[in-house]
Amino acid sequence: MTAAIEVAGLTKDYGDLRAVDGVDLAVDEGDFVGILGPNGAGKTTLLEMIEGLREPTGGSAAVLGLPAWPRNPALLPRIGVQLQASSFFERLTAREQIHTFASLYGVAASHADEWLERVGLVEKADSRVEDLSGGQAQRLSIACALVHDPEVVFLDEPTSSLDPQARRNLWDLLSGINDSGRTVVLTTHYMDEAEALADRVAIMDHGRVLVHDTPAALIHRLDAPTRITLADGETITTREPAVEIARLSEANRLDGVRVQTGTLEDVFLDLTGREYRA
Amino acid sequence: MKSLTQGPFWALSRAILWGFVRDRTAVFFAVVFPLMFLVLFGGLFSDQSVGEVDMIVVGDVTLIDDLPDDADESFDATFDVTRSDDLDDAIAQVRKGDADVAVEQQGETLVAHYTQTDPAKAGITAGALQALVDGTNLAATGQPPTYSLDVQSVEDDSLDTIQYFTPGLLGWAVAMSAAFGAAATLQGWRQTKLLRRLQLAPVSTRTVVGARVSVTVAVALVQMAIFLGIGSLFFGLTLTGAWWMAIPLLVVGTLCFMSLGLLAGAITKTQEGAVNAANFIVLPMAFLSGSFFPLDAAPQWLQVFSNVLPLKHLNEGMLDVMVRGEPWTAALLPMLFLAIFAVVVTLISAKLFRWETT
Ligand SMILES: Nc1ncnc2c1ncn2[C@@H]1O[C@H](COP(=O)(O)OP(=O)(O)OP(=O)(O)O)[C@@H](O)[C@H]1O
Ligand SMILES: [Mg+2]
Repeated sequence: MTAAIEVAGLTKDYGDLRAVDGVDLAVDEGDFVGILGPNGAGKTTLLEMIEGLREPTGGSAAVLGLPAWPRNPALLPRIGVQLQASSFFERLTAREQIHTFASLYGVAASHADEWLERVGLVEKADSRVEDLSGGQAQRLSIACALVHDPEVVFLDEPTSSLDPQARRNLWDLLSGINDSGRTVVLTTHYMDEAEALADRVAIMDHGRVLVHDTPAALIHRLDAPTRITLADGETITTREPAVEIARLSEANRLDGVRVQTGTLEDVFLDLTGREYRA
Repeated sequence: MKSLTQGPFWALSRAILWGFVRDRTAVFFAVVFPLMFLVLFGGLFSDQSVGEVDMIVVGDVTLIDDLPDDADESFDATFDVTRSDDLDDAIAQVRKGDADVAVEQQGETLVAHYTQTDPAKAGITAGALQALVDGTNLAATGQPPTYSLDVQSVEDDSLDTIQYFTPGLLGWAVAMSAAFGAAATLQGWRQTKLLRRLQLAPVSTRTVVGARVSVTVAVALVQMAIFLGIGSLFFGLTLTGAWWMAIPLLVVGTLCFMSLGLLAGAITKTQEGAVNAANFIVLPMAFLSGSFFPLDAAPQWLQVFSNVLPLKHLNEGMLDVMVRGEPWTAALLPMLFLAIFAVVVTLISAKLFRWETT
């Protein structure tokens, strides 16, 4: 498999601040990567350098085998980007908005309308973008990023202002896109999102990628103890859950028991030393 | 080949145009607001149109009484004459504004009493009377042409209000919408990261800038059509021969003021800031460039200073070709000035430009 994204020693300084610090990252074609990290970790900066929006201070980034900087016109139709803010033309309706973006990519208007449907905005098609709710605007913004069926998709916190229902819908949508063979990179503050969607998770802090692996491997490597919560509220922490459960079974106390292994949250906590605040 | 109305350029132009048309404030300041001034000034003008200068002739004024027929006709078209024997009363009426001028003859001298309250009216009065005296003098020498009173020539020298103000207000309107449009677009697109987003679309900067410029130029031409239409339909605006040169002139002027808008957008950090900066540049310039009043009466230093202002050149160029009857070549120098100004300011803006507000 070819690498969809290849990043080596990527660094970005803003004056004295090193926002991204020597990041190495390889993403295979068809992979779904979730980048997790607290505010200010450097996720957006990293993404923008890979997209070709920002000149790296050092290191290199290549997308689909082509250097990202300077901006490569041949690459642009092949990538889809949703920036962190909702970037819209003022005073256009949702439909006009996505039609405009479709035209920029030479995509037919009917195809754009399909995307409106896919993100559930048909009823809002004639509303101006200023009148959309935060979540609706975000969905429109994602539709605009995907309207030309790009091979590599970058989404910066795509679900940050969605309600649970819309978030689930978007997960389905993104999984579907990924299943059709496209590479997806998204940043998120939600552990469950990364766990549910991503084949691989990169955890960032202070401009560095601390780990990059499958969620299962990360949790496994954490080697966290298993927590068993009994019906009466008693919690048992153990490194040998099988033995413990057998013992509980003998004592006939298995009813209502909950067993928790390590979560991505534990991994995050362990790596960054801080509580994750979504 | 894509059809003419598809493709990135048209999609962008359409998006920008809708964005403008749906912005009530922008449309108000680009079209309605300047038109209010035109209607206001046009309305003032109709009060003082030729034939409606109220003149009180005190006692015997042979110069006026003995006018030959053709001159008499022209004279009647300019003045509405009433007779009086009381000079003091006549002057009092002029003071109060009930009449515009009181004339008496003292021996060989024609004495006119009028106020400067209304410069346009005063100009017409003085000019017409001067022409009358000159004509009489000329006739007295026995040389041809005998007695001619050419009121028209007076009008040409000090243009009728509507003739003067239509080009000036149009210049101001175009300057405003071009500068505001460029400033607000640059800031707005930067704030929402749309500028960034467009960088990632497979369209060249040329296409984006081209679409933005085209829309502004189209708006300027619509402004022109509206101004000229209303001016000629309702206020008797008459264009002179090379008026069409105002079109290329206006196009270059639009570019020039867009560059100033870019500058305003480049040096400010918010959309309000950009629009205020554009306003700060354009409004004083409109005053100093003769959009609201002729600069003839302004102090010398101000008249000299006004020559560095692009709007002054736009206004003068448009006056020349639209109403002063100058040949089309009169617009070339102003166009050159505006073009150079546009290039210089665009280069400065490009130097100061930042992709982001931080
Ligand atoms: N244009 C800029 N100029 C200067 N500093 C910047 C700029 N953009 C980002 N930074 C700084 O770089 C660091 C990383 O910012 P970045 O936006 O990449 O973080 P992030 O991980 O995306 O955070 P968030 O989760 O809040 O979106 C932050 O400390 C930020 O203040
Ligand atoms: Mg971010």
